[in-house]
Amino acid sequence: MYRYDQYDPAMVDTRVEEFRDQARRRIEGKLTDDQFKPLRLKNGLYLQLHAYMLRVAIPYGTLDSRQTRKLADIARKYDRGYGHFTTRQNIQYNWIKLEEAADLLGELATVEMHAIQTSGESIRNVSADQYAGAAADEIMDARPWAEMLRQMTNFIPEFSYLPRKFKIAVISSDTDRAALRWHDGAVKIVRNDTGEIGFEVYAGGGMGRTPFISFRIREFLPTGQIFSYLQAILRVWNRHARRDNIHKQRMKILVHELGEEEFRRQVEEEFQHFLTLGHDFPQEEYDRIAAYFAPPPFETGLAEDIDRSDPAFALWFDRQTAAHKAPGYAIVNISLKPIGEIPGDISAEQMDLVADLAERYSFDDLRATHAQNLVLPHVRKADLYAVWKALDDAGLAAANLDLITDIIACPGLDYCSLANARSIPVAQKISERFAGREAEIGELKLKISGCINACGHHHAGNIGILGVDKKGTENYQLLLGGSGAEDASQAKITGPGFDEDGIVNAVEKATEVYLARRQDGERFLDTYRRIGMEPFKEALYA
Amino acid sequence: MRILTGNDLKTGLVIWWTGQDWSLHVEDAVDVGGDAESILAQEDAACRVNGGYSLEAEREAGGGIRPLHIKDRVRALGPTVRPDLTLKPADPNAGSWVI
Amino acid sequence: MLDVLRLRDDEPTDEPAVSMEAFLDQSNASSVRIEAGDDVRQLLPALERVRLVEIDFPKLRDGRGFSSARILREAGYKGEIKATGDVLVDLIFFMQRCGFDSFAPDKPFDPEDANNALTRWPHVYQHAADDRVPIWKLRHGDKG
Repeated sequence: MYRYDQYDPAMVDTRVEEFRDQARRRIEGKLTDDQFKPLRLKNGLYLQLHAYMLRVAIPYGTLDSRQTRKLADIARKYDRGYGHFTTRQNIQYNWIKLEEAADLLGELATVEMHAIQTSGESIRNVSADQYAGAAADEIMDARPWAEMLRQMTNFIPEFSYLPRKFKIAVISSDTDRAALRWHDGAVKIVRNDTGEIGFEVYAGGGMGRTPFISFRIREFLPTGQIFSYLQAILRVWNRHARRDNIHKQRMKILVHELGEEEFRRQVEEEFQHFLTLGHDFPQEEYDRIAAYFAPPPFETGLAEDIDRSDPAFALWFDRQTAAHKAPGYAIVNISLKPIGEIPGDISAEQMDLVADLAERYSFDDLRATHAQNLVLPHVRKADLYAVWKALDDAGLAAANLDLITDIIACPGLDYCSLANARSIPVAQKISERFAGREAEIGELKLKISGCINACGHHHAGNIGILGVDKKGTENYQLLLGGSGAEDASQAKITGPGFDEDGIVNAVEKATEVYLARRQDGERFLDTYRRIGMEPFKEALYA
Repeated sequence: MRILTGNDLKTGLVIWWTGQDWSLHVEDAVDVGGDAESILAQEDAACRVNGGYSLEAEREAGGGIRPLHIKDRVRALGPTVRPDLTLKPADPNAGSWVI
Repeated sequence: MLDVLRLRDDEPTDEPAVSMEAFLDQSNASSVRIEAGDDVRQLLPALERVRLVEIDFPKLRDGRGFSSARILREAGYKGEIKATGDVLVDLIFFMQRCGFDSFAPDKPFDPEDANNALTRWPHVYQHAADDRVPIWKLRHGDKG
């Protein structure tokens, strides 16, 4: 993975001192909350229901054991012994004190970590395919590009006070594991007819109260021009977005208002202008970064067979592992969705365990996914049983990847000041209701948001749940048919909402319709797309 | 009754106006009547509260105070899904008080 | 406390700034005020007679002025660019990188905060409208 040279730590350390100074001025009353808020958000520090919440960046979801142990230490020292992995591959702490935040950031800096631009109207953490470097189906490892984009966009002076947040994702395969189409800006690494590597560029996606799927703005962009192209997109948006209504300032709104053709035209014009400045990053810098992502020294001649005599292990193997490009290896998915538990939460002890496993069994490489799970990308098949045993002992061996109990849920009203309803108890109830039925139902991506801001990605759920405030009580809308994969689609509301018990029953009714009507190995999403909303509506509101 | 809440500037913890200063416990809150704005302005300027606001609450039979909106009750207690992290970890009824 | 912070050596103009519409109408004006929503590219044909451009920040979070300033510098403008309005001292480093060389904030700056903001960062990751050398150039032997 990328290692800082002497320049990167200078930047991170300077940022810590800048924030220390800003926090001091706030505590002394020299900055009002209005003035301090954008500054602290640029360091991922929110004021939430119970305390300050800090969102730590995990660039392109990649961690090593040293960093993971530090995250565990921070949970113990500055928080209440746990962290929460988010839908953008970051980690959050819920109980941070402002007066300790700079020290916390200082400790993160010692392991090449930070909270730079994880919040506020900034260019956020660049996310990437969690299987990068391991997946059998990728053209190349997407992460060197994600790292370049991180350096291109950290402290970028023209684009640090944007109309709204701007989220970027990078993938390198036809299978989209990073929800590319739901990002403001995204690149898919492709090869053209002459074998040249370039970017398919997408723009204008986003969740929130007005969801949009991005459109392909550029079919092929030479990789060496990405900085100019990205700045062109950002400048067109920065100059022309509305500034009067925070709910209408995201770039997807501008794309929708101008239309794709006109937006593209303006971007291409600005892009030609940026090219004249000669500011693009050179190939040598890409090569320097890419060297850090060279494949680890995979062994050869390894055993391929799996001993399936333990049925619990066999089940976990079937569901939680994915094909690796190197013979004898497998990708391991670690579920942070044990039945009835809080999705995405992990204790400090579990973080230490996962760090040990990464170090011992996965070339010291760990990933966070946007589905709030973890990945050990490079595990020898011969080691899978030992890894599973260790995970099982720690309560991390749920075998439910992409199944109905692998629920994505935002923190919701239990933690978040923006929320209308609690999301975690709904996730727990659904998890308990369907435990043991995962195989019967098959792939079903269920996503829960506690409010219209959609941090739980409910618009992209095969089944989505949205928490709303109905005259002071919690109420839940059911949505069907969304997807965050390469077949991206927006989920649709079924009709009137339900209370907490009602929504769990509604989910069950929806699965009953699916089970009754599915054909030929269809997933829930496939059956919904074939039969439409009507049969579900009839069952739900009969 | 109208009570005041906010977060402690330095620690971020949820606090409730007692009439003289700020308490971690909603039971200590007082009815501020029409003085909400001036108290909040004074306390914000003195850097003792961040993000302060006023809200409606009712007195309970046992002497407690119950905010009328569920969000404020979550703030008063803590996350319902982690009773061990709330202000009343040993109280089995705390969760239902929120709802 | 600083009402105005000016980073240029030359004499400031004493001509008051007029709106962009008025400026384009009057061939003798040399000071122009750009509102956040103005299209600064409309000034480009008249750039040689401009000595001062004031760019307003109606709210500290409104970052359109950063683009306006940088566009002017990219077009070769060498005169003064002044940030006015809700300008927080913590933003002046980014502003300077985008081409601002003077600041007239609504709320005066603490001079120590201003100095810290301008001198704090040892490096920059990318090119902007200033002449700082980006880290990638330092890495690959080009010291600018």
